[in-house]
Amino acid sequence: MDNFITNLQGVPLQHYLIFCSTIFAIGVVGVLTRRNVIIIMMSIELMLNSVNLLLAAFSAHHGDAAGQVFVFFIMALAAAEVAVGLAIVIMVYRNTKSLDIDSLTKLRL
Amino acid sequence: MSFFYLVAFLSVIFSLMTIFTKNPVHSVLYLVITFFTFTVHYIMLNAQFLAVVNFIVYMGAIMVLFLFVLMLLNLNKDTEPMKSPLVKVMGAIAGMCLLATFLGAFRALEQSDVLIKPHENIGLVENLGKVLFGEFLLPFELSSILLLTAMVGAVLLAKHEKGVKKQHG
Repeated sequence: MDNFITNLQGVPLQHYLIFCSTIFAIGVVGVLTRRNVIIIMMSIELMLNSVNLLLAAFSAHHGDAAGQVFVFFIMALAAAEVAVGLAIVIMVYRNTKSLDIDSLTKLRL
Repeated sequence: MSFFYLVAFLSVIFSLMTIFTKNPVHSVLYLVITFFTFTVHYIMLNAQFLAVVNFIVYMGAIMVLFLFVLMLLNLNKDTEPMKSPLVKVMGAIAGMCLLATFLGAFRALEQSDVLIKPHENIGLVENLGKVLFGEFLLPFELSSILLLTAMVGAVLLAKHEKGVKKQHG
């Protein structure tokens, strides 16, 4: 059983780097290609999460708990960001009746 | 060891589907599955506290908030006009360039075959709590102020103002 666990967890740090940067790039593509504001915010969440996972991986690699505390702070920040962002989205939708990001090119009502 | 690659593959697939699905509600559901695979990753890293927090805060709170807003806005018809194909192709190319840059930078790093051996008890609540309330006490309190500010701001922004005349009926 112990052997199985160590087998399960023994992944080179390099692979975590590649995996997390792939997810990050997917998030960037989502921001660049979609027009729906909510999906753009979801892509930002994806990017934040990939960085979180990488911080946790480095923390486990170095045996330092500070990385995981940082992830905790990033989660708090993401919650605040989502709350304010969605409030802004609701306000924009109330004024323009659309979720298209191009409707924000004219900020004047 | 192969379990990591299976879960990583699933994460990549579901995050791709998050981006390329037309329907926003399906997109949110795929993102929930992606976050679930991230939770599995945290468990494999023996970061149990982060796994639980990721599960509760991200999948439970933030994604439900997204779903709630989507349903509140009543987007029955496909309201999203897609971007022109040129812009989409350019966005995809830019993202792939970013990925290629990352991978090239990682190749330049020295190849270390050090396997990640998760520490025994670094991710446990007791240990993290000691660090959080000792070394990181000031940022912790500041983040509480941040959350309060965000809450007040969200309520103020989303509140229906009586004095403002509505533009489109």
